[in-house]
Amino acid sequence: MKTSAWYKTIIYSLLVLFSVYFLFPFIWIVLTALKTEAEVYQYPLVFFPSEWKFSNFIDAWNAQPFSKYLLNSVTITVLTTIGQIISCSMIAYGFSRYEFKFKNGLFILLLATMMIPWDVTMIPLYMQFNLFGWINTLKPLIIPAFFGSAYYVFLLRQFLMGVPKELEHAAKIDGANDFQTYSRIFMPIMKAPLTLIAVLNMLSVWNDYLGPLIFLQDRSKYTLALGLAAFKGVHELQIIPIMSITILMIIPPVIAFLFAQKYIVEGISGAIK
Amino acid sequence: MEQAAKRFKRSRRLGKWTPYLFISPWIVGILLFTVGPLIFSLIMSFFNWPVTSKPKFIGLDNYSKMFTDDPQFYKSLWITLKFAVFYVPLSLGISLILALLITQHVKGVKIFRTIFYLPAVVSGVAVSIIWGWIFNTKYGILNYALSLLGIEGPKWLVDPNSAIISIVIASAWGVGTMMLIFYTNIKGISPDLYESAAIDGAGPFRQFRSITLPLITPTLFFNLITSTISALQQLTLVLLLTNGGPLKSTYFYGLFVYNNAFKHHKLGYASANAWFMFIIILLLTALIFRSSSVWVFYENEVKNKPARGGKGK
Repeated sequence: MKTSAWYKTIIYSLLVLFSVYFLFPFIWIVLTALKTEAEVYQYPLVFFPSEWKFSNFIDAWNAQPFSKYLLNSVTITVLTTIGQIISCSMIAYGFSRYEFKFKNGLFILLLATMMIPWDVTMIPLYMQFNLFGWINTLKPLIIPAFFGSAYYVFLLRQFLMGVPKELEHAAKIDGANDFQTYSRIFMPIMKAPLTLIAVLNMLSVWNDYLGPLIFLQDRSKYTLALGLAAFKGVHELQIIPIMSITILMIIPPVIAFLFAQKYIVEGISGAIK
Repeated sequence: MEQAAKRFKRSRRLGKWTPYLFISPWIVGILLFTVGPLIFSLIMSFFNWPVTSKPKFIGLDNYSKMFTDDPQFYKSLWITLKFAVFYVPLSLGISLILALLITQHVKGVKIFRTIFYLPAVVSGVAVSIIWGWIFNTKYGILNYALSLLGIEGPKWLVDPNSAIISIVIASAWGVGTMMLIFYTNIKGISPDLYESAAIDGAGPFRQFRSITLPLITPTLFFNLITSTISALQQLTLVLLLTNGGPLKSTYFYGLFVYNNAFKHHKLGYASANAWFMFIIILLLTALIFRSSSVWVFYENEVKNKPARGGKGK
């Protein structure tokens, strides 16, 4: 199998080549974060730190109220995830298990809202939240999550369309009302897609920069993403602490992804069908 | 008796409303957070709307100013278009190549799938910090690596000529989601097709051209739309990597709108800017949808018209 060996060599070379682009930047910031100041600004560049300075992480963390930022990020992430799970499952249940007037029209409207650029609504939303007295609080970043999100509803609905109708009939015979059928029978069935939207929501909320940038002003309200960006803006040259915090900020989403990889890959294929 | 009948009636009436009850959070949400603001933003675009004083109705003045009296509008539009022209084909190409690579039957391929997807879970803030450091003119690893090869690298983010390319490179780092969409599509293609093609003597390139490519055109089309829309709205990376500079060479349209609204506090004008982009995106999507019938190949079309031989051209 001469061609096969050649073919494999080419495939592996390409895989490795692309890995440099996708993986090396991570390795490089870890190496940077562990160096001393002198080593970072040394030319020609040194690749490995002479002494692995793990204390850099602690120093960086204490340089700013990052614990406070972390608490804000965690609060928003947890509450929005709860909000999305409750609201999106209800909405998707309504759209997939019932026939009602205007159903198709409303569902098309739901899909269409995914196309609306954020620019268009951000200005009036800012004014609206200002009117509510929500600016400089975490509310604008949390409360909308309790009203569902089009993409997650779509993912859940795709899943629910594949669940046989007999399930409701059986539940009805057992005397369950509609809400009980949804909460006791369908919620457990939706475990896999709900895990998927929980992870997707965690990733997008944890990583969000523009929302916090527009709605928050006081440092004490900052999220980790916003706090890190502000820190970088003021201390442009303190590369070691910046890199350290960046790494710490990346760790939770990477872990979440590694755990939920299966759900993400399957979820995307479910959405295509 | 009467009460029981009443209760029965009520529960039936409630029954009719049950589905609406389930979707009611979305209905409230869309009115409050999507459609309401959308309409309000359209109204605002016809006003001179400063933050401090009272808004004043000025008709189409914001729009006419944008088209005739604001050179930055055209410049930003041009820069964004240039970015999209680089970014869209590049990201589509890379994600397709990656998807083809990770669907090969070689050992350890799942690890590579994870590696390629990893940057997609990282915040734009982190992406900008990581790439900002790599692009650093003096201590950046990229130019150092190039210097080892005897090449003098460009000044990346500091040079107006290369700044936009730098943003393209940093943006394309997050193509993981697009890659996965291609990946699941390619995985779903029946292996029989490839086997019979191999028996007929078709090599990997021929197989790609006559089997894979026609069967993934719907996905290609979907990715084309989403990546065009996201290219036209790029903001986070620009804000953090260059903030529009050097010499406004990366003053993207998203940044133009953002600054008009939140820096110059011209809320009415910024609303007009945003609506213009909204309409462009709608038109583009419609255009891509229209043209798709020419080149997008759907599998069931073949099932309906077996006479055409099943080749999408």
